[in-house]
Parts: sequence; structure tokens; C-alpha cells
Amino acid sequence: MTKSSFKISSSPFVHGGLSVPEVMKSVIWALLPAAAMGVMVFGWSALFVMLITVAACVVSERLFNIIRGRPSTVGDQSAALTGLLLAMSMPPNSPWWLCLVGGFFAIVLGKQLYGGLGYNMFNPAMIARVFLLISFPVQMTSWPAPTPLTGDHALTLSQGLAMIISAPFNTPELLDALSTATPLGQFRTETGMGKTVREALGGAFGFDILAAMGGMIKGSLGETSAVLLTLGGIYLLRKRVISWHIPMTMILGCIVPAAIFWLIDNSTYPDPLFHLVTGGLIIGAFFMATDYVTSPVTPKGQIIFGLGCGLLTFLIRTWGGYPEGVSFAIVIMNATVPLIDQYTRPLTYGKKKQTL
Amino acid sequence: MGIIQRTLKKFHGGVHPVENKHLAKHCAIEEIPMPKRLYIPLQQHTGTPCEPCVAPGEKVYKGQLIGRSVSNVSATVHASTSGTIEGITEHMVGHYSGLPDQCIALVPDGLDEWDPTLKGLENPFEADSKSIRDKVREGGVVGLGGAVYPTHIKLTPPRGKPVEVMLINGVECEPYITNDSRMMEERSIEVVEGAQLMMRAIQATHCLICIEANKPGAIKAMEKAIQGLPNFVVQVLPVLYPQGAKNQLIEAITHRQVPSGGRSTDTGATVQNVGTSIAVRDAVLHGRPLIRRIVTVSGRGIKRPANLDVPIGTPIQELIDHCGGLKPGVKQMIMNGPMMGTAVHDLASPVVKATAAVLALTAEEIVDKPEQACIRCGNCLEVCPVELTPCEIVWRAKNDLVDQLPEVHVKDCIECGSCAYVCPSHIPLVHYIRYGKMAVSAQRSEKEKAELTRQRSQAKLARVEAEKAEKERKKEEMRLAAEARKKAAAAKSADETAKPATVESVA
Ligand code: SF4
Ligand code: SF4
Repeated sequence: MTKSSFKISSSPFVHGGLSVPEVMKSVIWALLPAAAMGVMVFGWSALFVMLITVAACVVSERLFNIIRGRPSTVGDQSAALTGLLLAMSMPPNSPWWLCLVGGFFAIVLGKQLYGGLGYNMFNPAMIARVFLLISFPVQMTSWPAPTPLTGDHALTLSQGLAMIISAPFNTPELLDALSTATPLGQFRTETGMGKTVREALGGAFGFDILAAMGGMIKGSLGETSAVLLTLGGIYLLRKRVISWHIPMTMILGCIVPAAIFWLIDNSTYPDPLFHLVTGGLIIGAFFMATDYVTSPVTPKGQIIFGLGCGLLTFLIRTWGGYPEGVSFAIVIMNATVPLIDQYTRPLTYGKKKQTL
Repeated sequence: MGIIQRTLKKFHGGVHPVENKHLAKHCAIEEIPMPKRLYIPLQQHTGTPCEPCVAPGEKVYKGQLIGRSVSNVSATVHASTSGTIEGITEHMVGHYSGLPDQCIALVPDGLDEWDPTLKGLENPFEADSKSIRDKVREGGVVGLGGAVYPTHIKLTPPRGKPVEVMLINGVECEPYITNDSRMMEERSIEVVEGAQLMMRAIQATHCLICIEANKPGAIKAMEKAIQGLPNFVVQVLPVLYPQGAKNQLIEAITHRQVPSGGRSTDTGATVQNVGTSIAVRDAVLHGRPLIRRIVTVSGRGIKRPANLDVPIGTPIQELIDHCGGLKPGVKQMIMNGPMMGTAVHDLASPVVKATAAVLALTAEEIVDKPEQACIRCGNCLEVCPVELTPCEIVWRAKNDLVDQLPEVHVKDCIECGSCAYVCPSHIPLVHYIRYGKMAVSAQRSEKEKAELTRQRSQAKLARVEAEKAEKERKKEEMRLAAEARKKAAAAKSADETAKPATVESVA
């Protein structure tokens, strides 16, 4: 073979121009409005939680590259996205060390030890959240009430920082004053005490669907604004970064059984809209379950996967040991992906039965 | 027209690569001057290579046979002009391996003198299938759309299912390439004549000329050319790559899929390229073999893009020179389209029957990004016209899981490149898939070899066993015979000796 002065490669020689960083960037963009809303609603501390978690992820990624002697993979922006997703599923007043531990776990144990992006079995952000939830249940379930930046009780920037840096040691009264249960948690506790749905939700608790959709409810940092998250999801659908299969089926998989139980007995089971707008169903459906690496590649497989995620969410929320089931549901379904892919391979061209 | 549907079906997937056809779209076909030397490869088709039937120093006419077929799946090779055979040598050809192949070097004499013995059919439009096919075979015509399969075989009416419709493929879905549309604009009558002859050969009743909507000039010209022909229709298709692939075109028109491992005629349709149509016409009407073809020279790296009428065997360098040469910054030279073509190692490689284009691409036109790990985005599945799971094939090919490749249907891939075009990780999927196909074939032939050896040795064993058994049997027989003889002899002697005794006893 002679040495050629031209580049020798295999066809095709042209490319559509899509790249991994670009995909990741789109998802980050789609999340930002809801993230900004989180800061608006929960105050500056929320911003610090996001910054610390993202930084923890990016630094862990780079450090791991250096230790393994590999080129940097920070540029693919998947670490930053993992950080943002994880931060948005944590309480907005999480202490700094919780953010660090979570970020490190997500990147190193959730992704890099498997071989890096593309080889991980579980969604890094979700597996890290599950890990934190099991290891630090107190910190992971102390949800502050919304303290809008514009409101009377707003903390200043430095107070917000102080809360994150010193928590949970120095400001117990601050934390106590702020933390309450999330609607889902409240619901579980109160119905557990023998109250009816209406009592548990309404009255003193004052659950308001409209507030939930706008993000003015307690919950993890970015999970709460159903409207902005849905808009972000629609943006991703329009850009064809994700397809409808997983988000749609996951939402249906949760609210359809919820509706059935609610119709059977609406004094024990909350209405499906409650399931839809509280907790992490929307962010889970559009941003977490759709993670490419850990979801099926075939459309049929994605439908099965989405339904599974939704149904498991409903089951865990209704009868499980934790008030919120999205992260568990996704992690469990992640494990079934290889199997789903194998059994949902499409019938290829010329192999279908047809009348000739 | 039973199988032609009123609507068009969108086949699965497909992509819209940047067309870049504007570069050469308006360039009328021009002949290039005869080069000083032609290198005509002995294999320019799918099938068995030809054997040379001329000797160095021999003088040949234009159109004279210089490479003879030695099997049916083969296409003869002819002199592209009159001149002297310089030799039969190994020369660079545009093969992706970059390896040279057997070529006949021909020095033109400048007279361009046709072989006087070449004659067309007397009444071509009333001729029977066989005589048309014979002319096509003699003319060395192959499918010019890319597959270069010998056309006379494709024109044989299939046994059993009749061909209802012939699709003339003027889809030209590869970016940059404009030669088919120029042929349709400038030589529309010839395309239709060729189509009529092919319809006679394969006994098709209808003809659809399929053109994508981005070629209004070609559509207009073809519509004019088919006026007064009731069985002809110009079918305009929406632009989608790879609609020009024969299986996808058949699916778009007939809504049927060619069965895996079957032939296109199983659906009642057959596909022929516009260039092939003209070649068939020339071969049948005038007895002129396929010795020239239309080549698009394009890309942002070429000074003056053009559509050239080129004698087969012309070195690529001559085409580039004719088009004003290369601009600085050309990164890659490609033979044929940018989706399915091959990278050119050496500009001395000649234009062959399969060459539809020569492209000079600059850095901004090509991909040059490092490959990353698959992120399982599923884009490749979404665009694959064969509905394969390309990422799964690649994963198996990369990890040498050859046993698992058939279950993901590696052999059904048409190498259209759509998957690699959309892959955000810049994985050269087609490269890995080709490797996978080769690995499967190699393993299969290994297995076949092993099986054959096993069968042979078993047969040998059986034979040895049989021989041994036979020997044993014979021995036994002989022993028995000997015993019998002994017994008989003993009995006889006993008889003889016993007789008196008996007598005695009797007595
Ligand atoms: S397009 Fe590329 S990255 Fe996406 S699934 Fe296919 S091979 Fe993997
Ligand atoms: S190259 Fe093969 S696998 Fe890729 S899209 Fe085309 S047919 Fe499908």
C-alpha cells in the first residue's frame, strides 16, 4: 500500500454535525429555567447547592481522568449535567459536604468505575441520590419551605452561603424553622395518622395544585416547578434530543394507576394530578429516565421502560418505605435495560411477513 | 399497474445530508480530451474477473474486446479507444484497500476508430429477450448505480413471478453527484429508449422513472421524453437519503420489502439506473460496448466543478487537471458519493464503470473528530433504513463477538452510512460493520472448512471401517470356507473310512 497524501478513512465522509457535548448542552439549557426558578423560590442557598454539586462532579471526572492517565472527558459536559441533575434532586439547603459526597459518588462510583460515559449501567445522578437517601436520610429529607428571593423572609447571599457551609452544625434553629415535609411526605405521614386525603392535603397544609405547578412548594431543588420542567422537556422533544416514548409512558405509567385507585377510593388515595405535579415525576420523566446510556435504544423498549418507571414510582409512593419513588424506580428499571433491548430488537427490512 | 401504489411509502429512517449539488448541477456534460494512457482494470464488476484476450503490442480498435468473461456472472471489458496495448500490469485502482489490481495499459493512437465489426440489432424494438440480453452481455454493461452487477443477469426474466414494473432509478440521492440528473436532462430520449429495450428483455409492462423533487430540470426533460408512451410515468419522490438504494426505492413505490436474502424481482419490481439505460441502448442499437461514462467532478476543493464524459481507464488526475486542478486545503479525495464512496489513495487510479463521481473535499466538508464511546442515544436506529440496531452490531464487532453478529443481522446492512452520519460520538459505524461482515464470512468459511474436514475424516474413517469390516468378513468367509472345506474333506475321508464301519455296523 502506498502512502497517500490524502486522508484515508471509511465512508461516510460527511457528518451531520451532532456531537456529545452539544447533546449535553441542550439538556443543560432545558434544565436552566427550572433551576433558576429553584433559586428564586428557595433562595441563594439553592444556587450554592447547584454550584458545589456541579463542581464536585466536574472535578471528580477530571481527577479520575488524571489517575487513569486518560485524556480529559470534562469537555463532553456529561459530568456537569450529572451534577446539575443531582443538585436538582437534593434539598435546596443541603450542607456542602452532602453535595461533595453526592457529586463524587455519582461520577466515580456511578460512572467512571464502570468505564466512563457509555458504559455505566445506572443513571449516575439517580444512583447517587439513592445512595445519599439511604446513607443520610435526615439531611436528604429536610425540605425547607419556599423562601422566595423576593419575599420577606429571604436570606441574603451570605446567609444562604452560611447555611450551606455551616449546616447542619451551627444553624439548627434556621433549619428547624425552615424544614417541613414535602407534600408527598406530609401526605404519607398524615394519612398514616388516620386523616383523610382531603384533610391531609387541604386545610392546614394548604396544598395548592397551582402553587405546585409554579414551583412554590416544598421539595427538592429543581423538582418543584412542573411547568418550567415540562417546557424544558418540550424543548428537548422539539430539538429531537429525546423522543416521546419514555416521558409519556412514564407519566402515564404513574398517573393511570393513580387515577384508578383514586376513582375506587378517593378518601385513601390522592388524585392523579397530585402525583403529576409533586415530587420528581416530571423531572424524572423528561430528564432522568431519558438518559441515553441507561435507557433502552429501541422505541418499543423505551415504552416498556417508561411504563415500568412510572408504575414503580406509583407503587413505591403508595406502598413503599419512602415517600418519593422516582429515583428508586429509575435505578431499578436501569438494571433491566440490557434485557429489554435484547427482546425488543426491531424486525429488520425484508424479514416482516408480507403478501407479495 | 397492480403493485404500484397510489401513495408513496416512506421507508424507515433516512437522513438529509447537505446536498451540495448546486456545485455541479448546472454544468453541461463535456467530453474530456483523450489522455495519453488508459489503465483499464480487468475487474470492474461484481463477479469473476476477466481474462485478457489481447497481447502487449497488439493494435486494437475502439470498442474491441480486450477482457473476456470466464463465467456468467461477469462483464466483458473493451478498449475505450483505438490504440496499442502497452502491457498487462498491476496498477493502482480505486479500491478501498489501496491495493493495485490487474489493468490493461492502452496507449491511444488519437484516431478513436470504432471496431467495424460492431453492429446493433436489426429490429431492436421488436427483438426478443434473449437477443437483447446477448447484446447487453457482449457490451459488458453493468449496473451503473453503484452495484456494478452484470446487467444481462438482471435482465433475465425471473422464473415464477413476472416483473410488473421496471423502476428507472434517477433518484441520485448521494450529495454532490449530478451525473444522473445531467443525463436525464441532456439524454432523456436515450434513457427512454434504453428503458424500452430493458422492458422487452425482462418482459415488464410498466416503467416508472423515479426522480427526487430536487431535480426539476430532469423531471421536466423526462416528462417530455415519455410523451405518447402510455406505459411510462415519471414519479417524483420527496428528497430522502438513501432513497436511491434499490430496496428502499422499491419499498417507496410498491410498499413491499424485498425479502431478506431474496431478489428484488420477488416483489414484482426491478430497478435499473439511468446510466445503465443509456448503456443498454448503445449496446443494443449500435453494438457499442460500455467504454465511457459520465463522471461528476465536484467538491469545494476543485477549481471548476463539472460533469465529464470520460473514457473508462482515464486516470483521475486527468479529470482534475481538466477541471483546473485542486484548490489548496484539500483533505480527502473520494471516488463516488460522500456517503458510500471510497477514499482515493492515489490519483493515478483510473475511472472505472462504477465511478460516478470524483470529489475533492476540504476540511470543513469532512468529519475529522475522534471517536468516542457509544452513548446509546439511539440515533443510529432511528435513521437506519434496514431497521437494524447499528450500535449493537458495532459493539459486537468491536469486542470480536463474531458468534453474536448474525443475531443482529449484520449481513443485511446496506452500508448506506446514515448511522455514522448522525452518530454524536463520531463512531465510524460502517467501518466496524464491514469488519463484522468479513469476520462472519471468515468464520463461516472456517466452519465450513472444519465441517468439510470433519466430514472427510469421518468418511475416511467410515471407509477404513468398512474396508476393515470387509476384510474381516472376507477373512471370516475364507475361514468358514476353509472350515467347510476341511469339514467336507474330513467328512469325505470319514465317509470313506467310516463306510466299512458302517457296513460293519450294519453288518
Ligand atoms: S448513534 Fe452512535 S452513540 Fe448513538 S447509539 Fe448509535 S452508535 Fe451509539
Ligand atoms: S450503514 Fe447499515 S447499519 Fe448504518 S444505517 Fe445504513 S443500513 Fe443501517
